[in-house]
Amino acid sequence: MQHFWDHPLSWGTGGIFVAGAVGVLAFVLLFVTYAIYFERKVIGWMQFRRGPNRTGPLGLLQSVADVAKLLLKEDTIPAKADRGLFILAPVLAFVPSFAVLAFIPYSSHLQFADLNIGFLYYIALSGVTTIAIVIAGWASNNKYALLGGMRSAAQMISYEVPLVISVVGCVMWAGSLNLRDIVAAQSGYFWHWNFLPQIVGFAVFVIAAISELNRTPFDLPEAESELVAGYHVEYSGFRFAFFMLTEYVYVYAIASLTTLLFLGGWNPPIPQLDFIPGIIWFFLKFAVIVFCLFWIRATLPRLRVDQLMGLAWKVLLPLAILNIFITAAYIQLWGMGG
Amino acid sequence: MIRTEEFLLNVGPQHPSTHGVFRIVVKLDGEIITEATPVMGYLHRGTEKLAENLNYTQIIPYTDRMDYVSAMTNNYVLVHAVEKMMDLEIPERAEFLRLIVMEMQRIASHLVWWGTYLLDIGAMSPFLFAFSDRERILEMFNELCGARLTYNYMRVGGVKWDAPEGWIDKVKRFVKDMRLRLDEYHNLVSGNEIFLSRIKGVGQYDAATAIQYGLSGANLRSTGVNWDLRKTEPYSLYSRFDFDVIVGKNGDCYDRYLCRMAEIEQSIRILEQALEQFPGDGETMGKVPRVIRPPGGEIYVRIESPRGEIGCHIVSKGKAEPYRLKFRRPSFVNLQILPKLLVGESMTNMVTILGGIDIVLGEVDC
Repeated sequence: MQHFWDHPLSWGTGGIFVAGAVGVLAFVLLFVTYAIYFERKVIGWMQFRRGPNRTGPLGLLQSVADVAKLLLKEDTIPAKADRGLFILAPVLAFVPSFAVLAFIPYSSHLQFADLNIGFLYYIALSGVTTIAIVIAGWASNNKYALLGGMRSAAQMISYEVPLVISVVGCVMWAGSLNLRDIVAAQSGYFWHWNFLPQIVGFAVFVIAAISELNRTPFDLPEAESELVAGYHVEYSGFRFAFFMLTEYVYVYAIASLTTLLFLGGWNPPIPQLDFIPGIIWFFLKFAVIVFCLFWIRATLPRLRVDQLMGLAWKVLLPLAILNIFITAAYIQLWGMGG
Repeated sequence: MIRTEEFLLNVGPQHPSTHGVFRIVVKLDGEIITEATPVMGYLHRGTEKLAENLNYTQIIPYTDRMDYVSAMTNNYVLVHAVEKMMDLEIPERAEFLRLIVMEMQRIASHLVWWGTYLLDIGAMSPFLFAFSDRERILEMFNELCGARLTYNYMRVGGVKWDAPEGWIDKVKRFVKDMRLRLDEYHNLVSGNEIFLSRIKGVGQYDAATAIQYGLSGANLRSTGVNWDLRKTEPYSLYSRFDFDVIVGKNGDCYDRYLCRMAEIEQSIRILEQALEQFPGDGETMGKVPRVIRPPGGEIYVRIESPRGEIGCHIVSKGKAEPYRLKFRRPSFVNLQILPKLLVGESMTNMVTILGGIDIVLGEVDC
């Protein structure tokens, strides 16, 4: 099949690209709006509360109202902040978070950019967000923000290592970094999916991913009980909204990646359900992962910094490396999977 | 040349984990605290001085506002001191009502501590669970005396209001439910691996240190000292009931946690017995002179509040107002060990340790 991205760049294909980008952006913004709503509802139910239910029918317009409020707020920059960096940080955080979405395939045909380096692209770009967070913490000229920024740098750099290494197993299994090939290697039903043979890698990936997202129980950079709000303590209005947006866009990216790498992407779980189109399966699995993230947030307390680092370097990294070794040995003895 | 330097960080007075307007100036080396200086007094209202111009009944509402999480025990310590000075006889029904509300208050207070402590540690849900149970207690208090926090319920010689129709049954139902809820809380939190690793061995001190610093309540009992004024110096009707004093062993935050959780269970036990023996009818006010004038002299009485030993020292010159009134506030005394515990700990442990002491700022500053 001829994909549109194989055509040489012209006004026509350029226009399609722009339209596609706007479409993805709109879709992601819609996702973020309702992910926040859904998160508040789910956690509310878990805590015997109702969650938002006043703005619009069933509170469906709550996030819209929140965004409107943030946009209308006065934009304050602390007098002693480093102005340039302070303004740059939210943009620098958001742009890569959105750019990483380009390579996610939603079904065997629907994809924005078919990248052969696949997963590495995600790692390279998401690293930029870490820098933005450190910049935000530094530029605010606030001690709490600085501590939050430093914690965030330490945490995200530490957890990127097991995150990448845990995926290596899947990559070896498929023999490719391209996500479409990784999903193709899992084609079949749930017993063909990576999360069973790669169970160690899957566990490490999920834990490291939650940490990369700065979500409970790894939400130390913004631990509100110690650091008030961490790196974005001085931000208000739409700059703060950008940081929030970044966080949820990464939730989107990580949930998609987990689906693709370990849960078989758009493949249906059992043969009897073949008639349902792949894209629906993709978003069902995606929704389950997002729900689990919210569920964890309602349940677990937060770790301490030293414990967090210990977990990354002493537990997750050795496990991830062990996983590579086992996968390599298996492939050597019994041949490739898929 | 790369170098590092220590920096000062102002934690509070507006900070989510200081539980009110409390401030700690910490000197940080990275995230490790090298020096901590607590600053208090932001909520000082001069209760003790104000009391010198008020008659004893007028002082009672002021005690509500000291430890606003446990107002009933504060009410009690004042009226108990005056009653002891005047040698008053309290009707049994009134004394039962006092004991029941004090034990309910202890449960409510520990629930607030439990919820906020877990919130400090980063778990969100327990806070809401705890407050929904506490809400039931506050509702019952509201029915009893028309207020949810500042009850002004006890009087010298008895209590202001008798229990309304069906109130005792309501408490009975609550106590029954509370047992189940407590099991649920233990299932949810007490075994959580992250939670345990956060509080085990943190903020540890031994019994001798605790006594030196004058600690009381769960802060003292967690080190293994068997000291609960309800048992050691029984007041009210506590000698009639069967309950245990919970002591810990290691004196760390985990033992304090277990002590407080077990105390809720003991309070439930006391309540069950008290509700069973509650007299069907009787007076709620004893024979008290129209103007309360304790004879000249001094008295110090102390009782076990949820936070520890709360004491009331009255110096009377035989007038309707006290010559001098002094409260020994457990939150204030317990807080004194904080700077010692914080040195060498991280910012995260600071929150854990401060939360573990269980202070109420209204009482610290008084």
